Amino acid sequence: MTIETSSFTVASQPSGLRIFFRNRASAVGTAVLILLVLLAVLGPVLSPYDPLSIGVGETMAPPSLTHIFGTDELGRDIFSRASLGVGVSLFVGFVAAAMSSTIAILIGCISGYFGAFVDDVLMRMTEIFQVIPRFFLAILLVAFFGASIVNIVIAIGLLSWPESARVIRAEVMSLKNRQYVSSARIAGASTASIIFGEILPNALGPVIVNATLQVGQAMLLEAGLSYLGLGDPNRISLGLMLHQSQEIMRTAWWATALPGSLIFFAVLAANLVGDGLNDLFNPRARAR
Amino acid sequence: MVEATSKANGGDAVATDVAAAGKARAKRGIRFRYARYVARRLLQAVPIIVVIVLINFTLIQAAPGDPVYALIGQMETTPEYIAQVREEFGLDEPLPQQFLSYIAKIATFDLGYSFRFRQDVSGLIFERVPATFLLMGTALVISSLLGIGLGVIAGRRPFGWTDNAATIFALAGFSMPVFWLGQLVLLVFALKLPWFPVQGMVSLRAPSHGWGYIASVLHHLVLPATVYGIYHLTLIFRMTRIKMMDVLVQDFITTARSKGAGERRVLFVHALPNAILPVITVIGYNFGFMLAGSVLVETVFGWPGLGRLMYEAINARDYPLLLGLFVVISLFVIIANVLTDIIYALIDPRILYR
Repeated sequence: MTIETSSFTVASQPSGLRIFFRNRASAVGTAVLILLVLLAVLGPVLSPYDPLSIGVGETMAPPSLTHIFGTDELGRDIFSRASLGVGVSLFVGFVAAAMSSTIAILIGCISGYFGAFVDDVLMRMTEIFQVIPRFFLAILLVAFFGASIVNIVIAIGLLSWPESARVIRAEVMSLKNRQYVSSARIAGASTASIIFGEILPNALGPVIVNATLQVGQAMLLEAGLSYLGLGDPNRISLGLMLHQSQEIMRTAWWATALPGSLIFFAVLAANLVGDGLNDLFNPRARAR
Repeated sequence: MVEATSKANGGDAVATDVAAAGKARAKRGIRFRYARYVARRLLQAVPIIVVIVLINFTLIQAAPGDPVYALIGQMETTPEYIAQVREEFGLDEPLPQQFLSYIAKIATFDLGYSFRFRQDVSGLIFERVPATFLLMGTALVISSLLGIGLGVIAGRRPFGWTDNAATIFALAGFSMPVFWLGQLVLLVFALKLPWFPVQGMVSLRAPSHGWGYIASVLHHLVLPATVYGIYHLTLIFRMTRIKMMDVLVQDFITTARSKGAGERRVLFVHALPNAILPVITVIGYNFGFMLAGSVLVETVFGWPGLGRLMYEAINARDYPLLLGLFVVISLFVIIANVLTDIIYALIDPRILYR
């Protein structure tokens, strides 16, 4: 940002993108996320080894130039498997976050806009969902309905909305009496178009921040579920790899340490981006 | 002279009596408000408990296949046993009837029977509670003290060197799958360097009681408690830091400083008590989250608590045990929530007057 000396021009407001990337942490987070997406997309194509076929190398070979993450007890290439796993983890993270954000937006908007009785009922419901231990309910849902990737995403998405819903509700409540909203109402706009066309776009900041942080949380939840043995056996996720490598931990540290580090980087990157977005949408926090 | 003194004293005594009576009345007033507050919080917990039971009931009914298998689990059993369970839970009766009898069962802590462990579910669960609470309690006390201390130091100079280092550390801890951290610690401090035991809570050769037993348990406790503690430390640190940053810029801190209070006094006597309330609520309201962490850490270290039991239940698809664990864990979470609110009101009685 340059400060103009001329008295006629005001110092130009830096654009959102510039604020976001000037923050080193969020720039690093974005870069890491892009790298991981590239790894997930290109890894299986570029890697010379089929992630599913056994015996592409020696069994339990430590990391080397030919197998940079080493091999597992069946001689499978861990790097190829992990790059598939990153894809599954990111998929679960983003889809579950999108799902919970959608629920949160619907409940938050309706509750905040209509207030009164509707608000009471919805907020009681939200409180109840907040108290229910969600990791354990996710375990029950997946254990009962089957460990498939779809069920895992649905379980996480269905249980992660309450905090965001409350944030959005507060935001909508503070916006709904602004003048531009009354103008829209007088102009005859329908309730739906007032909520989703006028109010929601202005309440979107916290929604986006929350959704980004949810991505990380969802990836951690998926990893936890898979580690406990509730991963989709037909989709290699990083958590599932950690579950399976448990038995060869004594001899093959790489089978645990390296795939796990990818979860760590993915979640860290999502959190960094979330923090950066928070600074962007919440200038008060930035100033401090 | 003597008379006068005694008269004056008498007058004082009357005055004190009046003041004391007033104080006592005020005390009774706040006690009444407090009792009403606690009663209200307890009442608010009732619908949540009903929802929890309803969730269990719905799962049993909605799970693919015959509900009777949700009450038995995927075990090889006899037709007689299946018929017995069907009879016991009244599965042939209409749904509302079934729900009522299910509530009655849970109200008496009859959580069903685990065919795999050949034991009542409630007995199985309560056997494991002490181990989990030992792990959680140890880790929580240490990590809360460290987290609050670190938060105070970091919040004192926001964006200073210490603060940045601690913030990065906390962000890393917050982004790490807790079980993976456990695995790494296990790899280094139990497998590579054989300093600590790999699995379990007490070694087989340890005496069954006395100091030898305690020493063995403590030795086994170090790694899981550290891992679990780090995970929790990051949460408490982040919260304390933010609250300290808020509190330290307020007027009463400036006043304390200008009166010449030392830095340590300002931080720990003036600022911290005002910052600590939200930290306490964070601990209390995140109890479910904390139990989830405990499940994962226990699984890594083979710690024989609720988490390990849950792991075994998952892998045996022992449905009655899973359902029972969910009920008990939810109850713990609800109790923790109510207790947090009660402690909150003790520390900050203003909430009683809302």
